[in-house]
Amino acid sequence: MVVVLWQQSQPSIHAFGWSFLTSRQWNPVTGQFGALIPVVGTLISTIIALFFAIPISIGIALFLAELAPPWLRGPFGTAIELLAAIPSIVYGMWGLFVLSPIMANYVQPWLKSWLGFIPLFAGPGMGIGMLTAGLVLTLMIIPFISSVIRDVFLMVPQPLKESAYGLGCTTWEVVRDVMIPYGRKGIAGAVFLGMGRALGETMAVTFVIGNSYHLSWSLFAPGNSIASTLANEFTEADGKLYTSSLIELGLVLFLITFITLGLAQLWLRSKES
Amino acid sequence: MIRRRQFVNALVLAISCLAAFGGLFVLIWILADVVVKGAGAINWSFFSQLPAPPGMPGGGLANAIVGTFLMTVTAAAIAVPFGIMAGVYLAEFGDNFMGKTARFLSDILVSAPSIVVGVFVYLVMVRTMGHFSGWAGAVSLAIIMLPVVSRTTEEMLKMVGPEMRESALALGAPYWRMMAGVVSRAAGPGIATGVMLAVARVAGETAPLLFTALNSPYWMHSMNEPMANLTVVLFNYAMSPYDDWHTLAWGAALLITMAVLIVNIITRLMLGRKRRR
Repeated sequence: MVVVLWQQSQPSIHAFGWSFLTSRQWNPVTGQFGALIPVVGTLISTIIALFFAIPISIGIALFLAELAPPWLRGPFGTAIELLAAIPSIVYGMWGLFVLSPIMANYVQPWLKSWLGFIPLFAGPGMGIGMLTAGLVLTLMIIPFISSVIRDVFLMVPQPLKESAYGLGCTTWEVVRDVMIPYGRKGIAGAVFLGMGRALGETMAVTFVIGNSYHLSWSLFAPGNSIASTLANEFTEADGKLYTSSLIELGLVLFLITFITLGLAQLWLRSKES
Repeated sequence: MIRRRQFVNALVLAISCLAAFGGLFVLIWILADVVVKGAGAINWSFFSQLPAPPGMPGGGLANAIVGTFLMTVTAAAIAVPFGIMAGVYLAEFGDNFMGKTARFLSDILVSAPSIVVGVFVYLVMVRTMGHFSGWAGAVSLAIIMLPVVSRTTEEMLKMVGPEMRESALALGAPYWRMMAGVVSRAAGPGIATGVMLAVARVAGETAPLLFTALNSPYWMHSMNEPMANLTVVLFNYAMSPYDDWHTLAWGAALLITMAVLIVNIITRLMLGRKRRR
């Protein structure tokens, strides 16, 4: 797969070289293509998603592994895992028709009135944009991260936990000082797994990110990610250079996720053994 | 001091419960929206008619439903045999460098971005054949299914204990009879579950179909032409400015979500019963 992508993106690699990654031009009319904006968009939306998803996932995993009464664990775990089974396009559609009006009418004005002096929260809130895309991604990766973390928590040996409780620790202290350090690698693996998902997610992001080629400090501004650029423009691309630039974007995305997921696997593996 | 610790503890536990119930709440919220908005679109013509041009009343997604069904079945027909064979290889003879590499790569491919698979199949199939086709769509779905099927097969085979293998071998059965007659029976239900889950997953995939199967407003005559499918139709309709089309898109979303969830729940129940036994 990598070979084919590499071969087919030769025209654009020859034409732009490394500046492909640093140029913010993306103009089919003049034949200038640079990947900076989609790459940055992909990274920012992923960072937003992880920012919200990591604490929530740890909370859910903690609930499922330690707090919930046994009869509740099964159904609850299943419900969270079912969230992962909903097709991503449904998330995207829901994000566009349900979440983004809420963002535009309530959340963004509120954020703006309190935090508007920070450039991150400046500019008009239109509902669609980086922040909304990040939130939809958050919802999508929570099930993955939390179910892996739950398994990691459940693998912590019982005697270890009980001796900490025996010393008079509260539940939170056991989690913070025993369970999280014990499963550190597993948790890192889980986070990277979710990150890999978020990086490559296409449909959900395409709906809500806004698809525009402007680099802006504001999280309210529409942007673009690699996957949504591909989804929107690939069938419409004419000319060798345009197509091969898009293919090179795909190659970049594939390599980024490959490295991320590779690290995730290595960490999860070393935990098992 | 103790009071502070107890307070922090209670706070964290409360946040944790909140997170868990929040997750459940979102699940219900999304499902409720999909059901409420989609239910209005579901009627007889939704299942029996071709899409209508915007502004015209009526119209359905019959061709897309058939298209999704055909492509998913074809993908399964391609991926399941290869996936199971690969899984058998990994479980039985995979304890060497090649097996480890294959396992590592397929674990990564399971969550690789599906849109890149679409680009790949576009380059390999669509460009060489010169046109978009249902076959290309099915192949890209199959590529996504393959690692899922092979990994589940491997795990299920490994769960079959050595006692059963050894007793079969001790009765004088050759290795292949042991695999085909004994181990595969024990692992069968588990593998079937894995396959069902993989099918459910690809049925809801959109990204790899965007530039392989494309879309079409007509009935297909063969798999060799652009083919309508629910998810791409959903994408196009939801992005369109027409209200009728939005309604249809919600209907499509309802159909896909329900199908996927029902398969998931059924397979989970089956697995649960097996484990308890």
